[in-house]
Parts: sequence; C-alpha cells; structure tokens
Amino acid sequence: MQPAELSAVEIVAAIRQGDMTAVQCTEAFLDRAARLDGSINAFLKIDREGALETAAAIDARRKAGKPLGALAGLPVAVKDALCTRDLPTTCASKMLAGFRPPYDADTVARLRAADAVIVGKTNMDEFAMGGSNENSAFGPVKNPWDLSRAPGGSSGGSAACVAADMAPVAIGSDTGGSIRQPAGLCGITGLKPTYGRVSRRGLVAFASSLDQIGPMARSAADCALVLETIAGHDPRDSTSLTAEVPRYSELLEQPLTGLKIGRVAEHYAEGLDPEVRKGVDEAYAVFEAAGATVHDIELPHAKYGVPTYYLIAPCEASSNLARYDGAHYGHRAEPGTGHQAEPAGGHRAESGSSQHFDSPLVEMYCRSRGEGFGPEVKRRIMLGTYALSAGYYDAYYAKALKVRRLIRQDYLDAFAKVDLIGGPVSATPAFKLGEKTGDPLAMYLVDLYTVATNLAGVGGISFPCGFTRGGLPVGFQLQGPALAEPLLLRATDRFQRLTDWHLRRPKQTA
Amino acid sequence: MTKPAAPTAEPFTTVIGLEVHVQLQTKTKLFCGCSTTFGAPPNTQVCPVCLGLPGSLPVMNREAFSLAIKAALALECRIAPFTKWDRKNYFYPDLPKGYQISQFDLPFSSDGWLEVVDPKGAFSRKVGVIRVHLEEDAGKSMHDEAAGTADTRIDLNRAGTPLCEIVSQPDLRSPQEARAWLNELKLLLVYLGVSDCNMQEGSLRVDANVNLHIPRPDGSLAKTPIVEIKNMNSFRSVERALAYETARQYDEWQATGAELGTTPKQTRGWDDPAGVTRAQRHKEESSDYRYFPDPDLVPVTVSEEQIAAAKALMGTPPTVLRTTLAEKWKISAYDADVLVNQGRELVGYFEDVATRVGEGKVASNWLQQDVLRTLNERGETIDEFPIRPDALADLIRRVQNGDFDTSRGREIFAEVLTSGRSVADVVASLGIAAVGQDELIALCKELIAANPKIVADVQGGKEQAAAGLIGQAKKKNPNVNPAKVRQMCVDLIKALELPTRTPEA
Ligand SMILES: [Zn+2]
Repeated sequence: MQPAELSAVEIVAAIRQGDMTAVQCTEAFLDRAARLDGSINAFLKIDREGALETAAAIDARRKAGKPLGALAGLPVAVKDALCTRDLPTTCASKMLAGFRPPYDADTVARLRAADAVIVGKTNMDEFAMGGSNENSAFGPVKNPWDLSRAPGGSSGGSAACVAADMAPVAIGSDTGGSIRQPAGLCGITGLKPTYGRVSRRGLVAFASSLDQIGPMARSAADCALVLETIAGHDPRDSTSLTAEVPRYSELLEQPLTGLKIGRVAEHYAEGLDPEVRKGVDEAYAVFEAAGATVHDIELPHAKYGVPTYYLIAPCEASSNLARYDGAHYGHRAEPGTGHQAEPAGGHRAESGSSQHFDSPLVEMYCRSRGEGFGPEVKRRIMLGTYALSAGYYDAYYAKALKVRRLIRQDYLDAFAKVDLIGGPVSATPAFKLGEKTGDPLAMYLVDLYTVATNLAGVGGISFPCGFTRGGLPVGFQLQGPALAEPLLLRATDRFQRLTDWHLRRPKQTA
Repeated sequence: MTKPAAPTAEPFTTVIGLEVHVQLQTKTKLFCGCSTTFGAPPNTQVCPVCLGLPGSLPVMNREAFSLAIKAALALECRIAPFTKWDRKNYFYPDLPKGYQISQFDLPFSSDGWLEVVDPKGAFSRKVGVIRVHLEEDAGKSMHDEAAGTADTRIDLNRAGTPLCEIVSQPDLRSPQEARAWLNELKLLLVYLGVSDCNMQEGSLRVDANVNLHIPRPDGSLAKTPIVEIKNMNSFRSVERALAYETARQYDEWQATGAELGTTPKQTRGWDDPAGVTRAQRHKEESSDYRYFPDPDLVPVTVSEEQIAAAKALMGTPPTVLRTTLAEKWKISAYDADVLVNQGRELVGYFEDVATRVGEGKVASNWLQQDVLRTLNERGETIDEFPIRPDALADLIRRVQNGDFDTSRGREIFAEVLTSGRSVADVVASLGIAAVGQDELIALCKELIAANPKIVADVQGGKEQAAAGLIGQAKKKNPNVNPAKVRQMCVDLIKALELPTRTPEA
C-alpha cells in the first residue's frame, strides 16, 4: 500500500484497522519530502525525528489497546505562521528566525490531541503577506505542476506539499485568499472557514479581523475530517465562535437537489483568463448535473474589495507587527553606528543611508526592523501606518470600514437569494516566478476574487475544476454564508464524486 | 452649591484639571490570567499574552470591568451601553506589543462629578469628571545609570495590570483644592474596594494640567499656556508642584506675556527634592498614537440590569456615610468627617465600640484622642491595632460607670496596649477596684473632719472649695473617682449644716 496514494480519510482508517502503522505512513511521506522538497522548498522545517517519535508512540498505544484520537497517525504539515511548542516558528521572516514559542497554537494543540503527526512547518510569504510565496525570507516555493511557476500564497508551502504528496493534509491560514488561491493554483482543495470558527490563538497575527485558519487537502472529505478536529470554541480567543461543531464528514451524503448557486457578473470582468473561464463554466454545469440550479446575482461592492482589503489589512498589520522591535525576542540588530553599509542581501531602504537616530533605542528599533523585515512587509507596515495617521484615518481606515460593511451587506443580500456563490478563485492559472514581483499592484490583484470573503467574514472553499492546455490546474471557488461549512464541504464533495480533477498528480513529483 | 473660593491675595484664578490613573484591585491582569501582586521578582508574573509573544490573544477580565463600573457609578458617571477597546500605538521597551490596549472615542463611562467639601468650610467644590476609561498598564523601565552603561532593565510584571483613567474637568481652583479632591477620590475608591490607591506602589498616579486666568485692567482675561505636570509621587507633591507652577506661570506671564494657544502644550516634570518643575522634551507631545479599534477584542455591552446590579452591590460611599454616621450616633459633622476619612475599617471599629457602649460621642472621643493618636505613633492600621472594639468598649463602660476617671482610663489603655492583657486584668493588677459606696462615705467623712476650713468655705457657698479634698482623697485611695468624691463631700457637708440652718423666711 502506497500511503501517498491514499486520502486522509483512507489513511486514518488504514491505521485504525492495522493495515498500516503510523510509522510506515509517516515515513513514506517523510521520504517523499526528503526526495522532492529540495526542488519545491515547501518546508521550512521537516521534523523527521519528532514525527517518527510521535508515530511510534501512537503505534505503541494502538498495540496496547489504548484509545486513539480521531486523526491517529495522520501526517499533517503546518504553516509556519502557527506556533508550535517544540519547532521553530518563523513566519518565513528573518525577524523570527530561530524563534521557538513556548506554546502550541490552539489548532496545533487540537491536532496533537487527536494524535495527528506534525511532520513539519511549511514555507509561506513573510508574515502571510503575499500571493505568490516569493516574499519568503527563505526562498520561494515552486509550484509542483511547473517548477518555474509560483504556487500562490501566502500558504504556498502548505498547498505545494499536499500537491506533491509530501503530506496528505496541511494547515493554512487565509487573510485575503491565502488558503484558497494557492489551493487553486496547486490543484488541491482548501477551505477558509467562517471567521472565528477555528481559534486564532497561536496564529501569528497578520490582520486580526480577517485571519482564519483552515485545512488544505486533496478533497473536501479530507478537509471535513480535519476541520472536525480543529474547529471549535476557544475561550482564550475573544473572537472565537461558540456554535456547536457539526460532524462535517457525516454531513456529506445528502444530494444537491434544489441547491441554488449564485453566479456573479463581476467575476467575468476583464482580465479573466479564457481557460479559467472555461473551467469555471464547466464547473457550473457539473453542479447543474448534480441537481443544483445556477442564478445570476450581484455583489455590487465587490469591485472595492481589493482597495478596502489593502487598507484594513495593512492598518491592522502595522500594529500587529509593532511587537517585533528587537527589544524582547526575535531579530535584534547589533549595536552599530547607523552609517555602515548593509551586508550583502540587505534591503535597499536602509543601505547607503546615513541616518541620524534620536537615541540608541530608536537606532536599535530602526535597524532591527530594517534588517528583520522584507520589502513587502515594510511596504504594508508603511501603508497601514500612513492610513491610521492623524488626518488620514477618516479618509482611509474609517472609509474602508464603511465599505467593508457594504460588502458584508452585499453578501447578506445575496445569501437571501442563493445558498452558495460560485466563481473563479483567481483570474489566471499559476504565473511564472518573478513575473509580478516588480509590480506590487499587479500582485495585489491576485486576491481579486478572494478578499471579499474575508471582509464579509464568511467561508469559502477552493478546489480544482479543470486544467489548462499547458497542464496547470484551474480552481473553482464556492462561498457560503456564516457557518455554512457543512454545505460548502458537501457541495464540493459531490463535485469531486462526479469529477476526478482533484485526483490528478503532477508528473514532476510522481 | 459650589461656593466661590476664599478671596486670596492672588491677582488671578488658578485653573486645574487632574488626570488620575488607579490600578484596579483585581487578582489577575486585564487581559490574561497573570497575578497582579506587587513586589514579586522581576518578570515572574508574565505569560505569552502580557509579554506580547506572537500569536497571543487578549481576553477581557470581567472582574476588572465590574470594578471599573463601580468606580464610574460612584463618580456619578453615565455608563455607555456599548463600549470598545482601542489600540494606542507607540514604541517603548516596557510596552511589549508596541501598543497599549485602551479606550479612545467610546470610553465605558463619562460625564460624572465628585464633590469635595472642606470640613472647616474653606471651600466646597463640585468637580466634573469628563471620562473614566479602562486600559492596561505598561511594564516598568529601570534605568541603570549607576553602571554607567545607560542600560535599561525592563520588568513586565506590571504590564497588563488593569488601570482606570479618571479625567477631571478643569474645575479645581487652588493647589489645596486639588489635594483635597485627590484625598476624597482616593477615599472613595478605597471605600469601594476598587483600588488600594497606594502611591508608593504606583497604584495611583496623578498628572495635573494647570494654567492661570489673569484679569487685565480692561476687563478681558489673559490665559496662560496650559502646562501638564508629571512625576508627582504624593498628594503633598501635587499641592507643592501646583503651587510652584502657579507662581512660575504668573512670573513668566509678567515677563513674556505668553498666552494659551501661542505655544504648544508643555509638559513639566516635578523635581521633589529641588521643589521645582522642569520642562520635558516637547517631542512626546507631538506623537500620533494611531488609535484604532482592537480587532482581537469584541465590544462590550452593558445593560440597565447590569448597572442596577452594580449599584446594589456598591456599598455606602464616604459622602453618604458622613451624614448617616453623624445622624445615627449624634456626633458632629466634623467628627463624622474625621472618622470617615480614616477609612471603612475605622468606621467599622467605631460603630462596634459605639454600639457596645450605647453612645457615639464618647466612642468618637476615645477614637480620635486615643486610638488615632496611637495608630499614628505606632504606624499601624486599625486592623492591626491590638485593642479590639470589645476591649475598648469595656474600658469606656468602666469610665462611664464611674469605676475610675478618664485619666485613669488612659493609663489603663496604655497598659493594655503594651502588655496585651485584658482590661479586667490590668484593672486588677493596678489594684484598681471600684470603691464601694460605704467606703467612699467613710473616706469623705474622714476628709471633712480633717478640713474644717474647706467645710466652712463650702458652707459659705463656695462649693468649688470641695475640689481641695480630691487630692487628699486620691492619696488615701488612688482608685476613688474624683467627681464622686467631690459630690459626696458636698452632699455630706450640706447634710451637716441642715440641723443648724435657719429658714430665711
Ligand atoms: Zn500574563
């Protein structure tokens, strides 16, 4: 039995039944990662030793007839934005290089309690800021379908490691599309749950009002299995929802007869790649074949999603990232003169400058942050700082909050008419590495179809609905009302029973 | 009923507003479960939340919010039905998150007042409270200047401790009023159990804003630039700093004529040993805190029911207690003020003693003349005072019964205090036994027989001459009650004279 060919659901069942040990399974994925990740760079840390130790302990407990958790023996890769007690947590930033938090994120703690095996920490855009994974301080991730292309971001490492079967399941986080967009570009299934469904405690904050953790896997059924474990109220996250967690994996059976799916005219705007459009249209047809009906709806303020997002997220980020000042933990610049040239690889903003600092403390702050953060993080901190400044707050931040309310209302109105909203995940399939790095605005548009979900606080799922002639996956997105995860998962699962796009594997990583 | 300030020689009006930070008496911090106990070794009462580690999230402490509501209600504030948390962003090493969680545009309470009345009638001032809001404290920076390396050490034990910020209207008109108002505020908050208001431990901190309104000959008003004074470590310092600043501003105005609006608001630090305020760097004043709603916390709603419940649990504030105490125990307003100002525990002690002796006045006298003096000498609080209410009441009752006089009672009080023995024990050991009626009559007869001159004087109408017998009586028996001796002697002398008396009619 080749564990890499099995779904998460099958792996858990096989280990439970004794058809395979947790060690065999973990080893198989670790071996693949060891073989493949040199060219993909999906992992920032592979914890072979720790994972095998956990797996062996699970096997021993099974042998002794002791009870096992719901995910016993399932290898899981975790985005490096989630704190892990015994593993480094860097957010792919030099700022946190070597940082080991003294605690597990709530999600990680729940995974461990369910006897999942944490195999490593995945690469990402620095502090989750980016849509291509090229903003990692530790090198970009390559798309397993074409190593010259980006996997998307910010959870690009998580998406790529599932696409290349280096882990059956990965955990990502989604602030403006960071689970769904890389899932779409890598041909896997990624769910961004309703805001507050999964605790944010231990997720290194990017934009607190938008951040949400979610599962990334081959299929909706696998996502359902993992969501059952990681969702739930956390009294130590004030924004965590108290609603009961359903048994998602047991709610997949019901057919889609009578389901109303909305189709948004705005999604067909200029810039939509014809091959993506074709994939999306075919996906609607699959849903219709499954008994659903498709209805044209409007999200009139959707076009303001990207500018609204690029005010709110940087504003929150500018404050969330203030703690990385070199004073207590993380990168601290060596005391210096403030005049010396930056070492090779340093950032332009600092190099060659002969700044004057008010005090050694201010110098320490400026130099630590100057050295520790990459250019995109700095850009967003500056955007947010500016937008929150006296005299600009009303014009930018306060206005963005107003538009956010309008977008939320759009969704409420739409969900009064339809059950789910369909559409593309991103306008194009995976783009070339380096293609957009010189143009931050073009890069911001990769979130065009995904940011509004986060602004509205609702859930969305992305899954493959076809391939381009060049062999790149095309993603489809479904968005649902608050706490509609059972429906999002059921619709996607039904789609995946009728298609096999999600079962295709990239040749490079066979 | 605000009375104008007593006329002073000063050719201006002093305008003072205060900004007071009090640490709430909660067991744990405002947004995490760490202890707030003062004095622990540095950085031992910390966790990922108050250290601002990545991924940590705040959760509001309900107890802190209830205490803050209590304080606001006692200050007659309006409680907002909806309040939220904001981030105040600035960089400083004792602020580990790079922002302080505070309240900006929607504080949980506003528009209150607290009146201070000088018991001697010098002033009476109803001072408006603009707002009361909750926020977390920062840590402590200790600048290690002795080492010569300009090292700064940070203790984050205090980081995240709940603080109530109380901002007054500029309604105070003299440094004395400011000090009295602070005393009244402290008393109120201590009574309510909201804060221990210990300035030495930093649980109460005061900044003052002050300027002068100076009438010009043409009838218009010159206003001097507002100065904020910081670094005052006691209410006495507040009074001194304000007095200094008032004089300084007047001098400066005379020299430069600088008026409000022509210069940015200045911050000056109080140098207590030198007794002067000194200008601090202007830079701080220009900072932009970039306040915005904290997305990690949910807004708080407060219902009418919650407010009613908080009111019901509030207890009696000092202002009300002064009146009720004076009425209930028939003591003067002045006495009630002295007792109430000593705090709730002392009032409890007083009421216990007064109930046992069945009279307020005598209990109040003993407390003010003996107990408070002793507490001051010994540096004790009433809770630590070794003579408990039952013992003091026992002593007072014996004096009331005439077992011995007040001065003898004081000797017994002192002996009970030093020996720790009961009143009865001390009375017995000092050989103080109540002098029986027969014994007293025998003693007085003896004295009358031995002092014909005094007897004659008394018979001649000079009753006060009987006082001359008291000293002799005390020599013969130290336990006699002088008043009783005097009365008995007069009665006996008058009885002697009866048979020989001729009716005048
Ligand atoms: Zn703490």
